[in-house]
Amino acid sequence: MSEYILETKNLGISFGGLKAVQDVNLKIKKNELYGLIGPNGAGKTTVFNMLTGVYKPTTGSFMLDGEDITGKTPIDINKKGIARTFQNIRLFSNMSVIDNVLVGMGNRSSCNLFESIFRLPRYWSTEKELRAGARELLRVFGLDEERRTVASNLPYGKQRKLEIARALATNPKLLLLDEPAAGMNPQETAELTETIRFVRDNFDMTVLLIEHDMSLVSKLCDELTVLNFGTTLAHGKVEDVLNDPEVVRAYLGE
Amino acid sequence: MKKPSNFKLKYIINYILVLALFIPTAIMGFTGSIKGSSALLLTQIAYSMVLAVSLNLVVGFLGELSLGHAGFMCVGAYIGCFCANYMHAVIPSKLAVLVISMLIGGISAAVFGLIIGLPCLRLKGDYLAIVTLAFGEIVRTVFMNQPVFGGALGLTTQKYGKLLYIIAFVMVLFTVFVSQNLMRSKHGRAIQSIRDNEIASRAMGVNVTYYKLIIFVISAFFAGVAGVIYGHNTTPVDYSFFSFNYSIEILVMVVLGGMGNISGSIISAAVLTFINVKLQTQLSGDLAALKQLIYALILIVMVMWNNAPALRGIREKVNIRSLIDFFTEKVLKKQETAPEGGIDPPASASWDKIPTKIPMDAILSTDITPDNPYEADAPKKEEKR
Repeated sequence: MSEYILETKNLGISFGGLKAVQDVNLKIKKNELYGLIGPNGAGKTTVFNMLTGVYKPTTGSFMLDGEDITGKTPIDINKKGIARTFQNIRLFSNMSVIDNVLVGMGNRSSCNLFESIFRLPRYWSTEKELRAGARELLRVFGLDEERRTVASNLPYGKQRKLEIARALATNPKLLLLDEPAAGMNPQETAELTETIRFVRDNFDMTVLLIEHDMSLVSKLCDELTVLNFGTTLAHGKVEDVLNDPEVVRAYLGE
Repeated sequence: MKKPSNFKLKYIINYILVLALFIPTAIMGFTGSIKGSSALLLTQIAYSMVLAVSLNLVVGFLGELSLGHAGFMCVGAYIGCFCANYMHAVIPSKLAVLVISMLIGGISAAVFGLIIGLPCLRLKGDYLAIVTLAFGEIVRTVFMNQPVFGGALGLTTQKYGKLLYIIAFVMVLFTVFVSQNLMRSKHGRAIQSIRDNEIASRAMGVNVTYYKLIIFVISAFFAGVAGVIYGHNTTPVDYSFFSFNYSIEILVMVVLGGMGNISGSIISAAVLTFINVKLQTQLSGDLAALKQLIYALILIVMVMWNNAPALRGIREKVNIRSLIDFFTEKVLKKQETAPEGGIDPPASASWDKIPTKIPMDAILSTDITPDNPYEADAPKKEEKR
């Protein structure tokens, strides 16, 4: 157990000669809502991809709850406790809403292939458990009534919610949200703000989110880090960071 | 929300489909009112079903295009039947010979499935299709050139008659059982998630490598079993049968029946095999030259019937559901009018009473009004907060 749930040390990656991200030092405390902002192309999603194992960092390391998990595969990192959503929604679009969540819960069940095929008692007990868990999650997100709907038929806002529910289903310690409010109207954004707070409070979750919507960021986040051209421009409390002249310049120009 | 009345039906509909074909023909077979050629045809239908359902695992559920299914079948047919020929002299029980040879054929095909599955982990789409296509062609040429397996003349096999026919349908049921149970478990959901979005399923902790291999192995196993059935049904085992064309034909069955739809695969395998065999045997004279053309025409008409937007109007009027609707409405009306005397049920109500409602209908009719809380579970939600 360490003080920080996620700690990155000089995290960086270069593609060929291009240093996409360098020297990112995030320190996220348990149960915190942490924002990662920056202009387009600043490297925010790249940081997420490194944290979830899609890219292997070329420099630096990161630790989850005191354990170094740099360079592990996405599957292992997910099992260690980092779950994410995607900037462009990546639901399992031909599967029903509840099946989407059940995929996320898959690793909680110890039922093996043979037991599933021949429907041995363990299949029924684990399946029942998974379904109950999935229903409960869906209820929290107000999706329980649509659980049989095919995921791609959900309205946009609910697809976003389902993605968060699916990520939570893997039982993570840290939730990464990549632009959760992208493409949402103000009402949906307000609803999402409540959902994220609710998740933090009720699931005892730490959330790291990328967002362009400054009203959401300022309402929601405890701390911020601003990236620009792959380097850290500023970090600290929300009000301080958003009033930092450097940050304003990066966003709005001179 | 209502629990749909068809909850159990979706679990047994596939078995009903297979048994509906199997039981009447088996009874006819034992009473002797069925011809030898029909028994051959029925066995052909049986192994087509096994092939279509097993290919559906790869194409429909995993979402990878495999054009080498006939190749796996070829491995199973040659190795399984080869072993059966030897066992025939040693083991007196025909049943045991058949079952063991199917196991051997299936397992040897599964080994090849594993070998083909390994490159599959790095290849996608068209490239994988080319590798599997090449595998199918290589494997049958290799078997053709082995004198042990009869060379170009083919491998002569023993006849098993009615026993083979029964075993073949038991294998169909077993294939359906395994595929269906697998797909309705956490493993099946993981496999389907890979089809829908591989990146997301990795991020959800799904072991993509493992599942891709497993599905290739299971699919190849059943293709091998189908090969053994084929080998004992058609003697000699002819290498030219396992050509690229046959792989495509299995794929056509899967596509026509619907990707990821096991019932569809069963039906289309039966229908297409029937049409194909009947065209080959019934047409004579000048028409015989046109059989491929007629087969193609039938396929085109079937696909258009299923998908063409212009035909939607007709499709909605003439389909199985409206047919069932029509019949049940009459039956229900009779039941209502006979004892109670003339209270017509509203036309719309009849549909709810039919136990054969398909799951899609439940999905479409889901009540999605937001201010309709789920009463039964509402108290739990309060506790949680």
